Amino acid sequence: MLIFEHSKPGRRAQAQAPDTAAGVSDLPPELLRDDTPPLPEVSEMQVVRHYTRLSQKNFSIDTHFYPLGSCTMKYNPRACNTLAMLPGFLARHPLAPAPAGQGFLACLYELQEMLKEVTGMQAVSLTPAAGAQGEFAGVAMIRAYHRAQGDSGRTEILVPDAAHGTNPATATMCGYTVREIPTDDQGDVDLEALKAAVGPQTAGLMLTNPSTLGVFERRIDAIARTVHEAGGLLYYDGANLNAILGKVRPGDMGFDVIHMNLHKTFSTPHGGGGPGAGPVGVSERLEPFLPVPLVGFDGDEYHWITGKTRPQTIGRLSAFMGNAGVLLRAWVYARLLGREGMHRVAEYATLNANYLMKRLAEAGFDLAFPDRRATHEFIVTLKRQQKELGVTAMDFAKRLLDYGYHAPTTYFPLLVPECLLIEPTETEAREELDGFVEAMTNILREAEENAELLHEAPHSLPVRRLDEVRAARELDLRWNEK
Amino acid sequence: MSDAPSDLRYTKSHEWLRTDEDGTVTVGITDHAQEQLGDMVYVEVPEVDQEFEAGDACAVVESVKAASDVYAPVACTVVEVNEELADAPELVNQDPFGAGWIMRIRPASAADVEALMDADAYLAYVESEQH
Repeated sequence: MLIFEHSKPGRRAQAQAPDTAAGVSDLPPELLRDDTPPLPEVSEMQVVRHYTRLSQKNFSIDTHFYPLGSCTMKYNPRACNTLAMLPGFLARHPLAPAPAGQGFLACLYELQEMLKEVTGMQAVSLTPAAGAQGEFAGVAMIRAYHRAQGDSGRTEILVPDAAHGTNPATATMCGYTVREIPTDDQGDVDLEALKAAVGPQTAGLMLTNPSTLGVFERRIDAIARTVHEAGGLLYYDGANLNAILGKVRPGDMGFDVIHMNLHKTFSTPHGGGGPGAGPVGVSERLEPFLPVPLVGFDGDEYHWITGKTRPQTIGRLSAFMGNAGVLLRAWVYARLLGREGMHRVAEYATLNANYLMKRLAEAGFDLAFPDRRATHEFIVTLKRQQKELGVTAMDFAKRLLDYGYHAPTTYFPLLVPECLLIEPTETEAREELDGFVEAMTNILREAEENAELLHEAPHSLPVRRLDEVRAARELDLRWNEK
Repeated sequence: MSDAPSDLRYTKSHEWLRTDEDGTVTVGITDHAQEQLGDMVYVEVPEVDQEFEAGDACAVVESVKAASDVYAPVACTVVEVNEELADAPELVNQDPFGAGWIMRIRPASAADVEALMDADAYLAYVESEQH
């Protein structure tokens, strides 16, 4: 039921009414609306009950195990939120002069330094307002670099087929042609195909490592050499950084540019439109092109670094400093972890994934890459169950909801049929993982005994199986008064 | 096992081709491809008279799982497109080798079409692809 359907003419929530009506006398009359907007007319208690009930229907990391592969749905410590909301941060005006905001600038400077250290890059800019903008900034810097070299023939970006879908999209947005590189049957980039594809037209290669197949690219040295020898640059998609945090550094692997999805690795809000933060890190040769503003420190005071002293910058990506509040949360998280804690993130994330992978294999599930060690995530393929029992990955996903688990990612990556991409993250205890294995084992038994139970799942939620085709084709997000 | 009529030619990217009497060729995606993609929500067809090189992306099929390019199987010019798919993309699922056709093309060379895989070779390829 929508809030609009609770509406009765004349109902009010007086407590929420503004003290005085805002004056709008200076707005041009043609811009003023003629009729009142169709807002719901409800009491305060109705509003409270309506939204409380909605929130109770949520699957969230605060209420459920949420092993959504490729998304790193880990627990965000409350402290990150609380400390980033200190009055001094909240009330700071973005145009306040640097001497009046030294505390805030110090946090950002430290975050730049910590991200540099943990990724092995030469310099970091925090300003991109989300992962997608970080990717855009990264490829825009590759473009700016080649242009500054007077090299206009590099028109192609190489993207392995195990990459995130955003990579080809970003390359296209930046005006490049995308060339896909295949993956071999062990999940590594096909090196021979890469060698055949590079040339004077190659601007760069975009690589996610570990890849979306949940395995670490073992020949990264050879890949980096191949791309660099052809004059191209190496782009690191930081989506799966959680698996290697503090263990292997993209800078040491030879990457020239990296974006980081802070919501995946550094405890900032997830999904729902953000706000996000997608800092970028670069090697020495790309440093002049970093987006501004950056924060500098002269040993005494912190200051803004802008386009005035960075003439080759790709420019500003947003007003002010990106999503400052989100950056503060990441800073708090990094400080809480410390140097040792960073290592533990990767260790426990991969330990949990490998534990879960082994236990599911023992329970009778097929792994997409049985010979490979999992990184922070792994893939189960239900191809056999589909053939023999007529149940699909989607049926398993829907049935898991009945057991109180958010479903893993389904049907991604596209390379593996009937797949579940499972990422437990480092913040789950062993009991949770065991509970998930038990649920999966039960569902497998149900599939063998009564497949119909899976086909009709979920059984216990407010809505049953949704009509995805109709939802996609007849998208209707607006309340229409009858 | 998915279906693959013996009178058609096939590509590794899962398009099928049927040579008609007037030398034009009808193109669609295979039963295996539609099965992998799942329920279609949208099909974007090319424009009549558009020209493609072999391997160019020429159409898009979007399902509840993914949006995928359809590739021109040979160098060709488009002579007709299946307008019905705009309102009924599910035809690709229901009848991939018939009413779910995507476009009719005039190939630059009929020999290019003949050089593609036959049904047996395609089914063997599908089998080997699912390692």
